[in-house]
Amino acid sequence: MLGIHDKWVFLAYSLSILSTVVCVVYGVFSWNKGDEPVKQEDVQWMKEEVEEVEDAL
Amino acid sequence: MNLLTIVIVIGYLLATAYLGFRGYKQTKTAADYMLAGRKAHPTIMALSYGATFISTSAIVGFGGAAANFGMGLLWLTVLNIFVGIFIAFVFLGGPTRRMGHHIDAHTFPEFLGKRFNSRLVHVSCGLIIFLFMPLYAMAVIKGGAEFISTAFNVTPDVALLIFALIVAAYVIPGGLKGVMLTDALQGGIMLVGMIVLVVTTYAMLGGVTEAHLTLAGMTERVPAPLTAMGHQGWTSMPKFGWAAPGMAPAEASQYNLWWILVSTIVMGVGIGVLAQPQLIVRFMTVKSQQSLNRAVPVGGIFILFMTGVAFVIGPLSNAYFHQKEVIECRILDEAVLMDPGADGKAKLSILEDGASEEAKARAKRFVAYRLPGEKDDQVPHYVLFTPAMKIERGAEGADKMRPGLIAIARSVDNETTMQGNVDRIIPNFVNSAMPKWFGVVFLLTLLSAAMSTLSSQFHTIGTAIGRDVVGQFVNKPEHTLFITRLGVGAGLIIAIVLGKMVGDNIIALATAVFFGLCASSFLPVFLAALFWRRMSRNAAMASILAGFCTSAFWLVFINAKTAGGLSICKWLFGTPTLLPASMSPTWAVVDPLFVALPVAAVVAVIAGLLTKPMDPAYADYCFGGELPGTIKPLATSTTNSGTPVTK
Repeated sequence: MLGIHDKWVFLAYSLSILSTVVCVVYGVFSWNKGDEPVKQEDVQWMKEEVEEVEDAL
Repeated sequence: MNLLTIVIVIGYLLATAYLGFRGYKQTKTAADYMLAGRKAHPTIMALSYGATFISTSAIVGFGGAAANFGMGLLWLTVLNIFVGIFIAFVFLGGPTRRMGHHIDAHTFPEFLGKRFNSRLVHVSCGLIIFLFMPLYAMAVIKGGAEFISTAFNVTPDVALLIFALIVAAYVIPGGLKGVMLTDALQGGIMLVGMIVLVVTTYAMLGGVTEAHLTLAGMTERVPAPLTAMGHQGWTSMPKFGWAAPGMAPAEASQYNLWWILVSTIVMGVGIGVLAQPQLIVRFMTVKSQQSLNRAVPVGGIFILFMTGVAFVIGPLSNAYFHQKEVIECRILDEAVLMDPGADGKAKLSILEDGASEEAKARAKRFVAYRLPGEKDDQVPHYVLFTPAMKIERGAEGADKMRPGLIAIARSVDNETTMQGNVDRIIPNFVNSAMPKWFGVVFLLTLLSAAMSTLSSQFHTIGTAIGRDVVGQFVNKPEHTLFITRLGVGAGLIIAIVLGKMVGDNIIALATAVFFGLCASSFLPVFLAALFWRRMSRNAAMASILAGFCTSAFWLVFINAKTAGGLSICKWLFGTPTLLPASMSPTWAVVDPLFVALPVAAVVAVIAGLLTKPMDPAYADYCFGGELPGTIKPLATSTTNSGTPVTK
């Protein structure tokens, strides 16, 4: 298949592409799932993170 | 490479610096996106993560390893996509983000330290990262330097210095923390570069099937030392097996390549990615699980075109060099003799007049040449002469050569030993096979790959020593910030010095060692932190120590490659490794990860069950509950001047 005779290498070649397809399919079907409300702790965490970046400059 | 190349590269660097500067000023970090109440586009998030994940090490180092070992490295691509993207984004990203925000952790050591309410865990993780991440940074810098050395025809030392200066100019003033747009721009350039590379290569070799068939037909060209290790061709997996104790070395070594490929390269990096501190922190910068879900498709596609392409192009470069390469050049000398040293393993040097008869007998023949446009005062290129080489002399220096070598033999020149340098294979291939304009695109691809990874690495190294180690004992933010900056500088210097000290063929090995060390030390504890409330601080510390010590012991005293390279075992005990004769010699090529990760996992489970469980009230707090008033949590060490030092 595709000029690759070793079944393990062919499997790796195919699974590389198949795993990508799984990622795409998962993303499409989960596009609107998993939304979470922003909590105060999320905002506080982000503020500290931004301050750290600015201080590092 | 001409003036135009230099102008384009400088233009790219300026554009990156400008985007980075604008990013800081105009709310473009991941955190800023969230604060502004907007979502970073999932494509930008995925490209940013991917660009941090994939570096020059993956493209140049592992691509070169694939050119030597074959397409079996594609198993690493499978793990990169399935474990590094799918499992990481879908199963680990969300819990890491929720817990990280709730316990207010900003670095990976802080995450574990606060989760287990243990300063010892926090400081230990910070120290491990500070001490060993420069090894990985060295691999990334060396990957870029190898390409500069080949593209600009300068010595490896000069290339390392040039690349280090570019890195320093980028990392020190402002590239410390990934600005999403800059990272995404770099990811986009990488994607374009690799897509052009794979399409052009397959087209040049007659299509997908034809290219693979050509490569499959070259099995008899595999170098004898690799065949002895179990290499069965570039489109086949190496020979699998396990040597019996006491088996003769020549017979036992036939299984070595399979174990190096699978245990070190595929598993070490493929699983190790789950415990990479700079990547784990990225999960905390997203808004919700939905953002992660949406980033999965682009992440998967990006990794396929990075490592998937590198691990296909690497092996296929053998077919190109052997059958297609034509060097249009001006031949200076058809018979330059180079001395490989008495043991045949020394750096090649041109045989001088009056050399001994012994040196003359072992000398190898090379052809010296210059490419069009190169000046007379430039150091010439050298290519190994074999009976397969065809030379056509043209008028006025318009000569043609068909070396007919495989990739690793083509990497042999006056800067290497006769064993060649796998780290030069991809740069050689791009410079020889691709149009000149693509050399510039690929240089930008590699610069992008290196910059995006290095900025995260050096930020992690700096905060590891500043925030996670010193910050635990010093309460003044300005001191912590100073140490963090000092840590970045020290990490950079250590990485450059390491790059100068180590020899060839090191990029993939150094990366795999660091990934394996992280997985063994941190992965069981990280998973327990996310999913096992009972896990105690003592069990966490025991697991980290068990994983780290087992890994270090295996690297220094058992694994033939690393123990032999470090020579500590030889110095202490007079023997290259401590592996007893009663054990299988295959153990000497098994990666530390294969032993250390199970040990760390077993210790985590047993110690987790035997030691006093984490206070249920504190465990509830880590998983989203209120902080019980009776428990004092670890202080939040911070480099900021404006945020609280304690919760």
